[in-house]
Amino acid sequence: MPFTASEMFGLIDCNNFYASCERLFRPDLVNRPVVVLSNNDGCIIARSNEAKALGIGMGTPYFKQEALIREHDVAVFSSNYPLYGDISQRVMDVLMRLEPHVEVYSIDEAFIGLPAEKHCDLENWGRFIKAAVQKHTGIPVSIGFGPTKTLAKIANRFAKKNPPAAGIFAITDRQTLDPLLAAVAVGDIWGIGRRHAARLASQGIHTALEFKNCADTWIRKQFTVAGLRTAMELRGIPCISLEKAVPARKSICTSRSFGQPVHTLDDLQEAVATYAAQAAGKLRRAGLRTAVVDVFIRTNSFKKDEPQYCNRRTFTLPVPSSHTTTLIKAALASLRAIYRPGYCYQKAGVLLNGLMPENYEQLSLFQAPAPRGASLMKAVDEINRRWGRDTIQPAAAGLVRKWHFRQMKKSPAYTTRWSELPIAKASFPAGHSMA
Amino acid sequence: MKKRLHIEQTSSIREIFPAVCGTSLLRPLFLSGVSAGFPSPADDYLDRKLDLNEHLVKNPAATFFVRVAGDSMIGAGINDNDILVVDRSLEPCSGSIVIAVVNGELTVKRLIRNRNSCRLAAENPDYPDLEIDGEIPLEIWGVVTYAIHSL
Repeated sequence: MPFTASEMFGLIDCNNFYASCERLFRPDLVNRPVVVLSNNDGCIIARSNEAKALGIGMGTPYFKQEALIREHDVAVFSSNYPLYGDISQRVMDVLMRLEPHVEVYSIDEAFIGLPAEKHCDLENWGRFIKAAVQKHTGIPVSIGFGPTKTLAKIANRFAKKNPPAAGIFAITDRQTLDPLLAAVAVGDIWGIGRRHAARLASQGIHTALEFKNCADTWIRKQFTVAGLRTAMELRGIPCISLEKAVPARKSICTSRSFGQPVHTLDDLQEAVATYAAQAAGKLRRAGLRTAVVDVFIRTNSFKKDEPQYCNRRTFTLPVPSSHTTTLIKAALASLRAIYRPGYCYQKAGVLLNGLMPENYEQLSLFQAPAPRGASLMKAVDEINRRWGRDTIQPAAAGLVRKWHFRQMKKSPAYTTRWSELPIAKASFPAGHSMA
Repeated sequence: MKKRLHIEQTSSIREIFPAVCGTSLLRPLFLSGVSAGFPSPADDYLDRKLDLNEHLVKNPAATFFVRVAGDSMIGAGINDNDILVVDRSLEPCSGSIVIAVVNGELTVKRLIRNRNSCRLAAENPDYPDLEIDGEIPLEIWGVVTYAIHSL
């Protein structure tokens, strides 16, 4: 018996997205294992199928896998977010051209909503979307369909893990649902985190099927209404709708671990000024201003033998601003107040709260509105847009940046910088001899 | 000696589109200085400025720029160091200039396909064509639509 839902959902998920982006301009890597490292070249955050087959775990520290990586000639990349961001946008653009109802869920996932009349032959339509994204952007995707978003997510897992599915899987029938859910661990259900999964396991509930069949009152008591919603979705009753409008941002955070521990106030100031400048740029791109600037610093809590310290300080601006120097001044004032010498700092960050649109401003009685700097910031943004990030930057952000995170193996910004375009050879092919 | 601009009678330029500059009109605001004046008589006739992107990029999501290394395609008007506009959404046909994957490298060639053969041709007698036999599938990365070079 088919579901009677008025709408079907699809989840399009890019396969090993970061690794696929790295391969796009490097056809020589086609059958070679590829891994991508986190911001600080610390952990492995993306793996091609070949790398997964070698047993390289998701999130494992790079140094622990170095021997394996060398032995199997694995291609290693630092994360290249300008590239991934650009390719992601292209994938989403292709989807939006094919489907009117698209919710961009993350950098490599999107939900689509399909009205009832388009239900017939979902798998064929899925194959068409998959082929279009592959052709236009070069990125392979998997697509799962289901009567709810949660089931579309599960269908996507089957699309990926079952080779015969060839990247497309649809849950359309009630009869086939239960055996499918019996093969899904509770921890793999969308919306069930690791802690909830552990709690369910302790109660003897291990599969999605077992969770789906629990009594509503019990689920509600244990996991609140959010848990109940997930159970309903597993039963094919849609509770989570497609979010087409991006919700307005409530806060912006720029924080990073340092490439090496930082001791001095000078170095910390450079880092915090840099993060404040980046956050200010994000604000302006989103057309927002902030009223609250939060700064935090902390030592490495994993190094138990070192003295530990962490602190944060909030600075409220008299007038909301998105001006780089205003934000840097506020952030540095907070930093100087919380800095203590004698510690090895591992991380710092700037968090902007109380965001509001640029064009909405509460004028102060005793303060003239200050258009000052708006055109300066516009000019700075324009220059950095045209000539690349950080072409112009505040001097407070420093020039040497001893603390800057490691990115030893970054690929070129193929699609976002003129100086780093991919090369097309117009000469003898590799290995050609002139003889 | 003064140089003079030479415009030949047999110029190959058929038409010149003027790039229209939009004028701006300051409106009086009580805080700012008052700027009065006559509105431009051209205001009602303003066109959008011409945007090269619009002309060169038909399908932004599928369009990539690549840089040429080498002179094997000079016969097709593609020089060393040119920037090529590559549209992945187009279907390559015989005669298309394409970016093909050869030995794991992106390579620019002319695709020549007929009933019983397929080859990637160079446009420079110093370079050999590449015969494609049916055994290895030919991977076309994208179709080149424009070459950009300075003169």
